[in-house]
Formats: sequence, structure tokens, C-alpha cells
Amino acid sequence: MGFHQIKDASGVAVVQVEGQLVVGNRQELKDLVQAALDRGERRLLIDFSRTGYIDSSGLGALVSMSKKIREAGGELRLSGLNEDLRSLFELTKLDTLFAIAETPKQALASF
Amino acid sequence: MPSRLLLCVRRSTASDGAGSATLVTLRLPSEIECIEEVVELVTRHCLAGQGAAARIRFRLQVVLSEALSNAIVRGNREDRAKWVDVRAELGPDVIRLEVTDEGPGFDPSAVPEPIRPEQLDEANGRGLFLIRKLVDAVEFNERGNSICMTLRRP
Repeated sequence: MGFHQIKDASGVAVVQVEGQLVVGNRQELKDLVQAALDRGERRLLIDFSRTGYIDSSGLGALVSMSKKIREAGGELRLSGLNEDLRSLFELTKLDTLFAIAETPKQALASF
Repeated sequence: MPSRLLLCVRRSTASDGAGSATLVTLRLPSEIECIEEVVELVTRHCLAGQGAAARIRFRLQVVLSEALSNAIVRGNREDRAKWVDVRAELGPDVIRLEVTDEGPGFDPSAVPEPIRPEQLDEANGRGLFLIRKLVDAVEFNERGNSICMTLRRP
């Protein structure tokens, strides 16, 4: 449970969300992304291949992180959303706001 | 730290054999750290004995997490002296989940739709919208501090 951060060989900062992204832990993810920006990372991928569910606070955190990354001149991609998780993005129209790839591999290739 | 959750489960079977019902009640303090554990506990009771229930499991987890978050953060303003009550009535065809806080309540009709293009960049305001999309029926009490969500079993 939690967030696992790695640096891909292509230089993209990858954060894996293990378990839930919810009101109780969204700040932890925001802090992680902020720390990556402070280190000079500008290409970030958040992967949901090992995520159970996301609540509206988690979605909101993604929206504000995306804004911050954009303002810093960076790019954010999302990947690994299963059918249920993807439905949350579609219902809230956030699928139009984010660059979403099927797999982390596809997301990394799209940077 | 010991858990501060108060859980009670009652199972009853109709005398005419028409089916059984289970009532799960749970009281939790206004601490967002409790939400995941409560969602896990209640979902487990709601789906006990149900095999292929992945779809309804996800809906249950999201809407319960949402309703608890609203109750704790917006209703009780994270005041640790205040409690949130969960009541789940589990019938053969439907699950009814009621979440009640001790706050003053709110007017659900005054909550704007979060999917207009100019709203998409907003970090907040999607909780109630998601609940409405993921359950079969939503009702509030008159005061607006108690939400009742109904999900039909597949």
C-alpha cells in the first residue's frame, strides 16, 4: 500500500499507486510529485496498474498536480487504468484532461 | 493505536422463508485515516457469499469512501469529538447504505455539476456527482446530514 517511485531508463519519473488513491493519502502523492518537480523532473508518469479504487479527492489531487506540472513546463501521463478506474475518468470527463495510455510501456513511449 | 470503530452485525431470516436480510451498523470517529478500514469492513459484509461481484464491489468502495469523506470533512469538519454512523441493510436484491454525520447538513440541490469545461480544472466538487452516477438511487434526509444510497445486486 502506498506509492512507489522509480526512474525509468528513459529518464521519466514513474510513480506507481499501490492500493487506493483517496482522501487519506492524496497529500502524500502530491508531496512526492512536488519533490520530483523540485529535483528538476519534467516528465512524470503515474501508473495505476496496481490500484484498487480512487475517490473524488484522489481525482482532484491528480487535477491539481497536472496543473502544477504544466505550469512548470512539464508533462504528465497516466497509465494502467482498468475498466472500473477508467469509468471514473469518463464519468467526470477527466479523460479529456489527461493523456491516458493503456500500459506504462505505451505511456513511456509517448513522451 | 487501538481501533475506535464500533461494529454490529445482525442477521435475520424471514419467517416465511422469503429471504434473509443482514443489518450492519458501524460508528466511526471523524478521522479520515479510518475511511479505508471502514470501506473494507462494510464491503466485506455487503458481499459475503457473493462470488463474481467485482463490478458492484468497486461501486460500493467508491461511493462509501465518498460518503464517508463528505461526512467527516464537510459534515463534521474533522472534529474528532463527532461521530459518523454507517447503516447497511443487505437484502437479496438490494444494498442500502446510509451514512450520517453530526454536521448542520447541506442542500444537495445546490451542488453544481462538475463536468462543465470551465469546471474541469477544479480540484474539488466531484464527490456527490460520482455517487449519483454509481448508485441506483440517492436520497437525503431533510436536514441534509444523512445520505442513503441504494445499489441493486447484479
